[in-house]
Amino acid sequence: MIHSLFLVNPSGDIFLEKHWKSVVSRSVCDYFLEAREKALDPEDVPPVISTPHHYLISIYRDKLFFLSVIQTEVPPLFVIEFLHRVAEMIQDYFGECSETVIKDNVVMVYELLEEMLDNGFPLATESNVLKEMIRPPTILRSVVNTLTGSSNVGDKLPTGQLSTIPWRRAGVKYTNNEAYFDVVEEIDAILDRTGTTVFAEIQGVVEACVKLSGMPDLTLSFMNPRLLDDVSFHPCVRYKRWESERVLSFIPPDGNFTLMTYHVNAQNLVAIPVYVKHSINFFESGSGGRLDLTVGPKQTMGKTVEGVLVTVHMPKTVLSVSLNATQGSYTYDNATKVLVWDIGKLNPQKLPNLRGSLSLQTGAPKPEENPSLNIDLKIQQLAISGLKVNRLDMFGEKYKPFKGVKYITKAGKFQVRM
Amino acid sequence: MSANSAFNEEKGGSSNVGEPEYGHDPASGGIFSSDYKRHDDLKEMLDSNKDSLKLEAMKRIVAMIARGKNASDLFPAVVKNVACKNIEVKKLVYVYLVRYAEEQQDLALLSISTFQRGLKDPNQLIRASALRVLSSIRVTIIVPIMMLAIKEAASDMSPYVRKTAAHAIPKLYSLDPDQKDCLIEVIEKLLADKTTLVAGSVVMAFEEVCPERIDLIHKNYRKLCNLLIDVEEWGQVVIINMLTRYARTQFLNPNMNESLLEEGGGEKAFYGSDGDDDEEEDKDEKDKKKAEAPSVVKRKPYVMDPDHRLLLRNTKPLLQSRNAAVVMAVAQLYFHLAPKAEVGVIAKALVRLMRSHSEVQYVVLQNVATMSIKRRGMFEPYLKSFYIRSTDPTQIKVLKLEVLTNLANETNISTILREFQTYIKSMDKDFVAATIQAIGRCATNIGEVRDTCLNGLVQLLSNRDELVVAESVVVIKKLLQMQPEQHSDIIKHMAKLTDNIQVPMARASILWLIGEYCEHVPKIAPDVLRKMAKTFTNEEDIVKLQIINLAAKLYLTNSKQTKLLTQYVLNLAKYDQNYDIRDRARFIRQLIVPTDKSGALSKYAKKLFLALKPAPVLESPFKDRDHFQLGSLSHLLNAKAGGYQELPDWPEAAPDPSVRNVEVKESVPEWTKCSSREKRKEKKVEKPFYSDSEGESGPTESADSDTASDSESGSEESGSGSESEESDQQSESGSEEDEEEEERKKKKEKIKDIFPLNISVCLADHAIFPLPVSTNQTITPSGNLKTYELLHRITGEGLSVEYCFSRQPFSPDPHMVAVQIQFTNSAASEAKNLHIEDAKLQSGMRMKEFPEIGHHRCTLPAGETVSVVMGIDFCDSTQAANFQLCTHTRKFFVSIQPPVGELMMPIFMTENEFKKEQGQLMGMNEITEKVTLGEKCHGEHAVIQRVTTAANLSRVPCGSDKECRFAGKTVTSGSLVLVSVVTKDNGAAQVTVNCEKMVIGTMLVKDILQTLTQ
Repeated sequence: MIHSLFLVNPSGDIFLEKHWKSVVSRSVCDYFLEAREKALDPEDVPPVISTPHHYLISIYRDKLFFLSVIQTEVPPLFVIEFLHRVAEMIQDYFGECSETVIKDNVVMVYELLEEMLDNGFPLATESNVLKEMIRPPTILRSVVNTLTGSSNVGDKLPTGQLSTIPWRRAGVKYTNNEAYFDVVEEIDAILDRTGTTVFAEIQGVVEACVKLSGMPDLTLSFMNPRLLDDVSFHPCVRYKRWESERVLSFIPPDGNFTLMTYHVNAQNLVAIPVYVKHSINFFESGSGGRLDLTVGPKQTMGKTVEGVLVTVHMPKTVLSVSLNATQGSYTYDNATKVLVWDIGKLNPQKLPNLRGSLSLQTGAPKPEENPSLNIDLKIQQLAISGLKVNRLDMFGEKYKPFKGVKYITKAGKFQVRM
Repeated sequence: MSANSAFNEEKGGSSNVGEPEYGHDPASGGIFSSDYKRHDDLKEMLDSNKDSLKLEAMKRIVAMIARGKNASDLFPAVVKNVACKNIEVKKLVYVYLVRYAEEQQDLALLSISTFQRGLKDPNQLIRASALRVLSSIRVTIIVPIMMLAIKEAASDMSPYVRKTAAHAIPKLYSLDPDQKDCLIEVIEKLLADKTTLVAGSVVMAFEEVCPERIDLIHKNYRKLCNLLIDVEEWGQVVIINMLTRYARTQFLNPNMNESLLEEGGGEKAFYGSDGDDDEEEDKDEKDKKKAEAPSVVKRKPYVMDPDHRLLLRNTKPLLQSRNAAVVMAVAQLYFHLAPKAEVGVIAKALVRLMRSHSEVQYVVLQNVATMSIKRRGMFEPYLKSFYIRSTDPTQIKVLKLEVLTNLANETNISTILREFQTYIKSMDKDFVAATIQAIGRCATNIGEVRDTCLNGLVQLLSNRDELVVAESVVVIKKLLQMQPEQHSDIIKHMAKLTDNIQVPMARASILWLIGEYCEHVPKIAPDVLRKMAKTFTNEEDIVKLQIINLAAKLYLTNSKQTKLLTQYVLNLAKYDQNYDIRDRARFIRQLIVPTDKSGALSKYAKKLFLALKPAPVLESPFKDRDHFQLGSLSHLLNAKAGGYQELPDWPEAAPDPSVRNVEVKESVPEWTKCSSREKRKEKKVEKPFYSDSEGESGPTESADSDTASDSESGSEESGSGSESEESDQQSESGSEEDEEEEERKKKKEKIKDIFPLNISVCLADHAIFPLPVSTNQTITPSGNLKTYELLHRITGEGLSVEYCFSRQPFSPDPHMVAVQIQFTNSAASEAKNLHIEDAKLQSGMRMKEFPEIGHHRCTLPAGETVSVVMGIDFCDSTQAANFQLCTHTRKFFVSIQPPVGELMMPIFMTENEFKKEQGQLMGMNEITEKVTLGEKCHGEHAVIQRVTTAANLSRVPCGSDKECRFAGKTVTSGSLVLVSVVTKDNGAAQVTVNCEKMVIGTMLVKDILQTLTQ
C-alpha cells in the first residue's frame, strides 16, 4: 500500500518525509519535480506518475503537494482520499494546513502520521480517535504539561477504535448542549453569451456543529425530502432509515462534521440569482479594446445578494486595464491576467457597472477568444432549492439541547461565457 | 526543561540547538566534528535521569528524521530508552527504532525483549503497539519471534490486537517469503474472525500474501458480505475489490442471456462506428464470446446465484459513502458483476464524485471514460455534468472531452458540437487541439454530421494559431480518407497551406493526402513536389519521408512531369543523415525506377503504392481498457502494475455453490440475512455498553472469569448444521422477528469477541461461581443471578448440582434458554462420566446436552467444581424439563423448571418503536395491574433492578422519569414482551404487560407484582 509520504512546498523543497516501510530515497521525488516543472499550473501536474520502480500519487492542496510513493497495485482513489484526510487532519489539529504550521509541529505531525497508517494501510483516520491518542495542542494544555510533566500522548486505547461508532468517543460532556446545522447550497452553472443557461444544478451540503453530552441519538427531518436526488452521508447516518422514511437518523460525531451532501433533482429548474450584461471588444488594429460589465439581480426570492465578486481571465495579450467601477473596486494582476471586481452587496436600484478600456501588447494580433466570467455570490437565509429542515429530535439523553438551523446559498462553479 | 508541549518544544529546539540542522547535512564530510559535538549533546540528554530531558532530545531526533536528516549514530543512546516509563518518550523511541533498526540490526536486537514483554501486557494498546513495532523492525533474525508473536496475537482476546496481527502478516511476509505457509494458516484463522475491526485488515493481508488462495474465502464469503457495511471505509475498499475477483471465479455471467439474444442480430458495429448503433447493441464483445459457449451448451435460463445477489445488494448502499474510494470500488464491482439493467445505479454516484477534488475527478473521469464506451446509455442523462469550464485543469478538460465524445450519438450530437464550438475558442491550446481531435472522432462515428464537422474544421484552417491549424489538418486528413472524391477542393485548399504551415505533422499529413489523391488534383500535385524538393534538406524527418512518398506516387501516375523531380529528391535522400530516410530512398528507387536488374516486385509498384487504403478508425484510447479491473492503478496507467491481480473471466459453468455453506449452525442465519443500517442502529445503541464494560472489567480478569461464553463458543463449534437450511429461508422474508434475532446474535457475537477463549479451557476445573456477567450489565443490572438446586449434596451422595439461568444467548441454538449447571464434588472419590440421559420432555421441547464431562479428563476429582452450559427449548412454557443426570455409578432424576422471566431475552428498542409495538398489542394482549410498591422499592433505580432481576428484559429509553419501560421477546417464538411500570408519588404504581402470549403475560405480571411489593 502506501510506502512513503513526502510533503513538497511550491518551490520544490521536501520539508517532511515519512516512511511506513523501508526507506525510499527522496530522489524518487525528482520524477515528480520534473513533471511539476513541465506543468504550467500546479493543478496540471498529473496525480499519478509512473517511474521505473515506483508510482507517485500526489495531491495539490493548500499550496502544498502531498506526494505518496507506491510500489504495488493499489486503487489510486484510495491513496488520494487518504492524502486528503491527512491534509484535513492537519487542518483539524492546527487550524490551518501550511508549511509553517507543519514545520512548527513537525514532531506531532510525524506522530500522527505514524498512527494513521500501519505498514501503509490505514489504521486510524477518524479525527476523534486520533485526538484521544495524541491530544491537539492548546495553550492551556501546554501550560499544564509544563507544570505537571504529563504528556500529550494517551495511554489508553481510544474507545472509538473498538466500537462500531468510531466517530464518537465516550464520555463527552458539555455544560451548554447545542446542535447547529448549516444548510449550504451551491449553484453550479454555465451561462452562454446570451445569458441562457447551458447547464445548472444545485449541490448542497449539511454541515453540523454538534456539542452534546453523552450518546445522543438525533433525527433530522426535512419538509421536502423529495427534492433530494442524490445523497452521500457521513458514516454515522443510518442508510436504511433514510431509504424507508427519508429522515436522517444518526449518533453524531463530536464537534464539526459534514453530515450529508446532496444533489437537487435535475428536473427542477434552477433559479439563477444574478444576470450579467457584458460586452468586450478588441479593436481590429490590435492596440486595445473596451470592456463593459453590469451585474443585476434576477431570481433572488426577495433576498439580498451579497459578496458578489466577478473574476475575468483576460487573454494573454492584455497588458493593462483602465476601468471605472460605479460600485466596489477592481484589481488586475498582470502576471496571471486576472481581473477581479469586488462588488459586495447588490443594490437593485442602482446596478453596479464596470467599464473602460483595455490596452494590448503592441504588435500582438487581436485576441480571437473571449474570456469567461466567474461569479461568486452569497445569499443569506435562503436555500435556493427550497429545501427546509422540518425538525430535529433527540433521543437517548435527557437534557434539552439548544438547536439551530441556518441556510445559505452560494455560487459554486458559476461561469458566464462571453 | 521548561516546555513539554510540542508547540514550544519545537520552536525552542529549532532556534537554539536545532539551528545547525538546517544548515548542514550531517553526511557532508567537512563538518563532521561539529556534528558529533551536537549529537553528544543529545546523547547526554538521553542518558540523563529526567524524563523531560529525554523527551526533549527524542523530539529533536524525531524532527531530524522527519526532515530526512540522518540520526543513525544515536542508535545506541536511543535504544537504551526503549523501556522508559514515560509513554511519550517510549513512543518516540519506537518511531526511531522502526526507522533505523534495519541499518543497525545487532543493536536493534537489544530492544526485542522489551517488546516481548509488552506482548504480555494487560493493556491491549500496549500489546498492540509492541506487536506493531516488533513486526516493523525489519531484522531477519527475529523472524521466528515475529511468527510466534503474530500467531499468539491472532488469538488475542482484543480485536484491536488481532487487527494489529493482521497488519503484521504482510510485514513478515515481505521480510521472509518462506514463512508463507505458516502465515496462510494465520490468515485463515483471522478470516474466520467475526469482528468488523479485523475484517478489512485481514483481507488486506490475504491480498498481499496469498491472493491466489481464493478457496480460503468460500467459508467467509457470506460473512464478509454481511459485515461489509460496518467495516471501516478503507477495509471496505479492499474487501470489495477482492470480492469482485472472487465473484468472477464463482458465479456465472449475469448478462449471458442478453448476449444470447444479440447473437441473432449478427456481428454489427464492431468498432461502434456505424452511426445507427444504439447503446443496446454495442455490447461487450468479450462477454459475448465468453457467454456463447455455456449458452450453447445449456440453453437454460440464467438464474443468479443468491450469493451473487447478496454481494450486489450489500454493496449498493455504499454508493452513498463519503469516501470516493469506496464509491469507486462499488462502481467497479457493479460494472464487472451486475446484470446490465442494474449497472445504471452507479452513474449518479460517479457523477457526484465529479464535484470532489481535482485529483479525484481525474481518476473518476478515467474510469467513466472506459465505462462510457461499453455502457453509453448509463451516462447519457448526465451529459451536461461533463461540460467543461474554462477553470478546469487541462488534464480534466481533456478527459471530459473524451467522455463527451464517447457519449455522442445522433440525438445529442448537435448539442455536443455546439459545446465543442465554444471550446475551440478557449485560450488553452492543448485543449483546443484535443477538441479538434474529438470533433474528428464524432465525425467518423456519426455519419450524419460528417460534412458539418468537415466544414467546421476547414474553417479552422484559417485560424491564426498554427497549432489549431495543424491539428485540423491532421484530423481532416483522416476524415477525407473516408470519401475523397467529393472533397478535391478541400485538398486543393490544403495544398496551399504548405507554404505557411510549419508544424511537421501537419505538413506530412498534407503531403500524404496530395500523394494519395494526386489523381484528384493532377495539376497541383507536381507543383507541390517541386516546392518540397526545394526545401527538402531543411524539413523534419517525417516530412522528408512523406516527400519521398509523394515523389514515388507521382512518378508512378505522372512520370512525364515528375521524373526529374523524383530523381532529384531521391538523390538528396540518398545522402541524408537519417538512415531511415536513406533506406526508404534506396528501397523506392529499386522499386519504381525500371532498370534491368529490377526485381519481380517493380511491376507491382503501382499496386503497392496506390492500393486502396482503409479509412482509419478513430478509436478512443480507453477502448478495451476494461480488461483491467476498473478503479485500479493498472487501469489508470493502462499497464500492469506490480502485484496486480488479473480479473478472471467468468467461468463457463458455475463451481459448486455449496462450498460457501457454513456448517457452524448459528452463523448461517446471521450471514445470509441482509445486513442493514437498521441493524447497525440497534447495535450502536448497545455497543457502547460493551465497550464500556470491557473498559471496566479489563481483559485480564475476564480471561478466567467468563466461563459461560467459553463453553458457549466451545459447544458452538461442535454444533451441527441441521438448522442452517431452515433459517436460510426464513431470513429471506426479512421479518421483524429476524431483525431482532439478528440483533441478539450480534450481541452474542460481541460477547464472544471480547472473550474468544479457547475451547479447551471451557471445562477448566476451577470455574468461578456465580457467573459474573460483566458483559451483560445492561441486561441484568443486578449482576447476580439466582441459583437453584438441582441435586442436593446428600441425595447426590456427595455430588451437588446447582443451576442458574445465565441469561447469555445459547449460541448453538438461539431458540434455547441457556442453563448453567455447576457440579461440585464434595465426595471423597472422583465422579466420572457426568452426562444426561433419558430426557422426558413435553412435546415440542428440546434439549441440548452439555458435552460429557470427563471425556478428556475422565473425572471430576474430589473437592473440585466444574460448570457447564446446556440449552433447553422450553417452548415458551414453564413446564419443567425432566431428565436423568448420570455419573459412572448412579443416575438421579432431576428437573429444571424455568421462572417465566427466564423464557425471554432482552431486545433493544427506541422509545418510538416501543410505543408503536405497544399500540399493536392492545386488548386481550394487554394486562394491567395496580400495585403499591414495597418499602425498599421506591425510586426508578430500584424498580429497574427488581424488574430486570425478575425477567430477562432490557430497558427502553423513556422521556419521563415516572415511567420505566422494558422490552424483550420470548426465546422460542420470538413474541414481543413489553413491560411498563408507571410510578406515582404516593408509592402506587401501575404495571402493564403487553404480550401476544397471554399466559406468559399473566404469569409475568404476577412475578413482577411480587417482586415490586417485597
